[in-house]
This record gives sequence, C-alpha cells and structure tokens, in this order.
Amino acid sequence: MLKTLIQNGRVIDPSQNIDRVTNLLIEEGRIAAIDVDPQSDMKVIDATGKLVVPGLIDLHVQIREPGFEEDETIESATYAALAGGFTSIAAISETNPPVDSAAAVIYLGRQASEADHCNVFPVACVSSGRQGEEMAEIGILHNAGAIAFSDGQRPVSNPELLRRALEYTLMFGRPVLNRPEMVELSRDGVMHDGSVSTVLGLAPMPAEAEDVMAARDIRICEATGGKLHLLAISCSGTVDILRRAKVRSVGVTASICAYQFALTDDAMRGFHTSLKLNPPLRSRDHIDACIAGLKDGTIDVITSGHAPRSSEKKMCAITEAPFGMVGLETALGLISTHLIHTGHVDWPTVIRAMSTNVAQVLGVEKGTLQPGADADVTLIDPDARWTVDTSSFRSKSFNSPFGGVELTGRAVETIVGGVTKFRYDGN
Amino acid sequence: METPGFLEPFVGRWTKRHLLDLESLTSDEITLLLDVAQAFKESTQDCRHKLPLLTGHTSVNLFFEDSTRTRTSFSLAARRLGADVIEFSASSSSLSKGETLLDTAKTIQSMCIDTLVCRHRAPGIPQMLAENMDVSVINAGDGPHEHPTQGLLDILTIRQHRGDLSGKTVAMVGDIAHSRTARSNIWGLQKLGAHVIVCGPSTLVSRRWEEFGVEVSHDLDTILPRCDVLNLLRIQFERQYTRPFPSVREYALLYAMDQKRMQRAKPDILIMAPGPINRGVEITPEVADGEHSVILHQVNNGLAVRMAAMWLLGAGRAR
Repeated sequence: MLKTLIQNGRVIDPSQNIDRVTNLLIEEGRIAAIDVDPQSDMKVIDATGKLVVPGLIDLHVQIREPGFEEDETIESATYAALAGGFTSIAAISETNPPVDSAAAVIYLGRQASEADHCNVFPVACVSSGRQGEEMAEIGILHNAGAIAFSDGQRPVSNPELLRRALEYTLMFGRPVLNRPEMVELSRDGVMHDGSVSTVLGLAPMPAEAEDVMAARDIRICEATGGKLHLLAISCSGTVDILRRAKVRSVGVTASICAYQFALTDDAMRGFHTSLKLNPPLRSRDHIDACIAGLKDGTIDVITSGHAPRSSEKKMCAITEAPFGMVGLETALGLISTHLIHTGHVDWPTVIRAMSTNVAQVLGVEKGTLQPGADADVTLIDPDARWTVDTSSFRSKSFNSPFGGVELTGRAVETIVGGVTKFRYDGN
Repeated sequence: METPGFLEPFVGRWTKRHLLDLESLTSDEITLLLDVAQAFKESTQDCRHKLPLLTGHTSVNLFFEDSTRTRTSFSLAARRLGADVIEFSASSSSLSKGETLLDTAKTIQSMCIDTLVCRHRAPGIPQMLAENMDVSVINAGDGPHEHPTQGLLDILTIRQHRGDLSGKTVAMVGDIAHSRTARSNIWGLQKLGAHVIVCGPSTLVSRRWEEFGVEVSHDLDTILPRCDVLNLLRIQFERQYTRPFPSVREYALLYAMDQKRMQRAKPDILIMAPGPINRGVEITPEVADGEHSVILHQVNNGLAVRMAAMWLLGAGRAR
C-alpha cells in the first residue's frame, strides 16, 4: 500500500478554509489525512517553501481534436495542462465534427484515457452542430458523460434557444456555459474599442457587445432558474451586472481568462497576431474592475483561455488571423506575477478561483483536499522565477505573446490520482 | 554618382531604416522629409529629370490592394532615382497558391532587394515585414491605420501654399474612422504646430480624438470660417456593414463642400482631397476644379515626397 507524504508545505484548501504549513498524506490515490507525521513506510515529498493546493481545474480549454489536430490534440493539451499545474480540464468543443453526439463525447473520453495525463471533462454542444438553431440531444450527451453544455466561442445568440437550454439542463443539474458576446456589435472586430483602436485603425470590439449579452443571458437565467456560467468575461459593465445579479441570488457564475490581467490593449500597438484574442485585451479601467470582481467573489473562476492555433494560421494579417493563444502553461505564472506579487489578491483567492469554485461550477467531485477525495494535488513554487520559452511548450502550438517574458511563480509538481504526472526540472 | 549639392545638407541626418508611420516620427524628422522633397522638386524641375542616386538599388512594389496614384508615384520615384523596380501583384503571386504573406516577402527579399513598398488592407502588415525582414520598408497604406507619404504630401502642399504650419487650422472632413490619410495627417500636422479639426457624422468621427489634442466637430458650417485648409476625405462604403448615415443625399447636404459653403470660408482657403474623390458626395465639381483646389498639386508633390523617402532610406541615411 503506497503512502506519499507531502511534507512541510503551505497547504491551502479553500474548501475547508485551511491555510497552514503542514503535511498531507496520500494513500491509494486518495487524500488520506493532513497533519500527519512522517512514518517509515511513507514516500516523502519535501514541499518546504511550496504551496500544496487542490489540483487546478481549467474550465475553458479549447480542444481541437478531432478536426484541427494541427493546433492541438487531446494528448498534447492534457500534457500541457499538467505542465501548467492543471489536474483536470473541461474540454469545450471547438472541433469538427462538433461534440454534439454521444460518439463524440465517448471519443473525447477515450482519447483522454489513452493519453493518461490529466482528467478530461467533456463539455458538449448546446446546439446541434453548434449552429445555434436546434437544441442538441442534451440528455443523450449527458448520459454519455458530458458534464456541461456550451457552443464554445460561438455565443448562443438565439434567446429562445438559451431559455430552452437553461430549462432543459435543469433536469440533469448541469450548467450551460455561454460566451457573452453580441456578435452584431463586434463583427470583424480585432481588439478592444478604445483610444488605441482609434489610433491603429483596427476594427473594434466594444465592451457593450459583452455587457448587453451578459445582461440578456442573466435575465433569461433568472427567469428559468437554470445554471448559467458566463465564459471569459472582461468588461467592467459585465462585472457590475453580475454583481447585482448575485445579490438577487441568480444562478449565474462567471470566469475570466488569466491573460486579461497581464496586458492592456496598448500591447496591440505591435500588431502581433498572437495578441488577437477573444475577448480582447482590455483597457486598464476594465482590468481594475475585473480585479475588484475577483476579490469580492463576483467573478468565480480564472481560466487559462487556452485557444491554441498553429503558427501558420497566425502568420498572416491581423485582420485575417484566428483568435486565440496557448494558455495552459502560462496561466498560473501570469496570475502569480500580475495578481499575487502585485498584492491585488492572495493565494487562497486564486486557488478558490482555479480549483474549488471550478469544481462547484462543473458539479464534479474535485477541487478539495478533504480526506477521501481524489488525490489531485498541485505543488506551486510561488517565488520561482522562470522565463517563458515557447519552444518548450508541451502544447502543439506556440502562439503565445509571453515568449521570453519572465514570470514569478509556477507549478512544480502535478499529482493526479496520487501519481506524480509532471515535475518541473527547469525546462 | 556623387551626392548633388542640393542634397548635401541632408546627408546623414536620417537615421531610421523604415518609414512606417508619422506617429512615431519627430517634428525634425518630418521637416527633414519635407525639406528633401522640396529640394527634389526645386532642383529637378518638378522631378522630371533622372538622378542616378539609387543606381543598383532594387525597389519592390508589394501591393495587396488596388492603387493607381500611389503605386505609379512610387514606381516613378524609384525610377527617377535610378533604381530598378519590380511590380508585385498579389493575385498573380504564390499567395494565390496558399503561401503565407511573410514567406512570399522573404522569397522576394532573397533576390537581393533594397526597399519594399507595401500596401495592404490590414493595419500592421508593413510593421510585420519591417520586423521580420532585412530591407527597408515603406508603408504605402495599411488599411485604415496610416499612409505616411500621403500625409507628407498633404503637408508639403499646405506648406508650399501657406508657409509655416504653426497656428494654421486644418480640418479633415468625412470618413475619419476608416481613413489612413487622416491618421497620418493628424500626427504630422500637430507635430508641426497646426490645429487639427476632424469633422463628419458622429458615426465616423470619434470623440476619442480629443484625447490626442484634436478638435472634433460634427458641424461643418460652424468650423468652416476658422479653417485655413479643408481636406475632404472619401466615404469608404466598402469598409462598412451598415451605412453610417441615412443616405448619400443627407451626407452631401451636411458635409459636401459646395459653392454655397465656399462663401462661408476664408477667402484664401485651400481645398484638398487625397483622392479618389466622389464628385457630388464630399465635394462638388466646381469646388474640386475651382481656384482654391490644390488636388493636382498634391498628386505632383507625391512624387517628390516618395523620392525623398526613398533617397533618405537608401543613400541619405546615416550609416
């Protein structure tokens, strides 16, 4: 019977309000106990100076297989996840064919099992073919293993379809993840609508495109009593709308991409396609509002916003390039550097937003270090200084604007089901 | 060929490798470009004579968008400086076979060229080429971002007719939102001391320009009496999904420069347009062809400005 003791680390578990230096015992792939003294039959991992936290969960990972394997495969995405400290990812359908059939959900699970890296939770389409017209066979998809429903980057524009989906998923207790964007307001947009876009002549993506859609979605959610998660919010108006909705106890949660905290729209002055992101990099006032939202719990979840695109797809005009960047391997470092070391938020807030809350939103039994839980654990060195080297990414794609950037803080060991799946050795 | 005397004062004063925009240039750099253009103009009888200052140089016109005056102007400028010119057309290149823009550009570069003159419908392409290639890049218009030589030739035209720009009021009227001409003029004119007004429907003229010291107006008749120069910009219908004003007729009523409005203008007002002009929309024929119009002077100045830019980037640059 293998026992592993993670010794002398700062154990942070928001699910139990634990934040102290102690020892954590793993046994048979599960959390066995904390505050345990070492014994001779235990393998010991020295975690002095490290954080020991529930394995990080990414709620918003674009899986590109099947159909776009040149960008990413399930094997490469899950490997990249481990390197970023994620023990679980929710795979949101950006595939061709889309994940709108039981076979597609089962395929995702099978590929993830074969890769044997991190846990993969399939998120199936809300609408058939991701076309935004007819509801997908949500019951069948649920039975096949889908844990949530989303059309990914394509917002559910039809309000009736969203209403039906929120009502229908109630039967299964599963959330709908929707990206709030009124595409008629952001059509052909490349970047945040502000002074910088005015000067650069790049087509704008106004904040109102998000605010208006978020308000609509929340109102429909309130009317149905459904479980709605707003993906990748980025605007101060949306944070305000969400805050007021939460006061009314509407069943809505929201996430934000880690990259939002690292750069402002001013970075677009270089016209680099790696910065063409959706949602776009916003101006400082929006970022400050989002930080406030994260601190007061209005924003529940931080994601990596992992949207890999192969280099050849990005080697073109910024107006023609696809949106997206590789995010899994830099998310934690960006958050540590730009939110923790700047003093904006503390580690328990971040761990809550990157693990505990994510598990609750998805309705999965993860995100905790309670005895009996799966031993999914991430060890973080909060002070590790490292330089992002895109050539060493585990992801198949390299399109990150953070190549060559020095970050402080990163995952140094990722344990899934009691097994160390990744250990940082400086590469 | 040795540097002719009229260019001697300018040798070694230019330090940049590329000409991508006017926003990043200093007033001294802009003035230098204008002075060299003026020198070319005065010393070569309206640029009709060839000066073999760039013999052995090769300039490539890499145009991904239709163009008549700019492409011709750059070609002529290069030839009059003795450079070889290659005309590149996107539709008949390997781009149509799926090659990336950068690979195409690097293929051309490997043929030992010196200058790339690039026009593209997307902002930032000239900058991307400048960052990734080992040649001088001149931006000949990148989407709605900038068109620096157009800005320079506009400013040169004003300077020739009105002297020092300091304290002059220059209004640009029309589709500021989609105008690369406006985005170059704004920086260039302000750096030389002019007061800049952008005027047009609120859907095409953003209040955000006020952050950069530009006056914003939606009422041409109000600002007209204060203007020394009026630069009338084309409405770029091809860049818009929904029409930014109810009808062309209404636009013309509110913003077209016609004889009636000329009565409200200063008696020596300069009328400019970067072209192509839509007669009857931004400007009526009698104003376009009238005594205040310097539209054809602008085109002529384009040649001198492009000769100046090519010479400074090629032979006149500090090494």
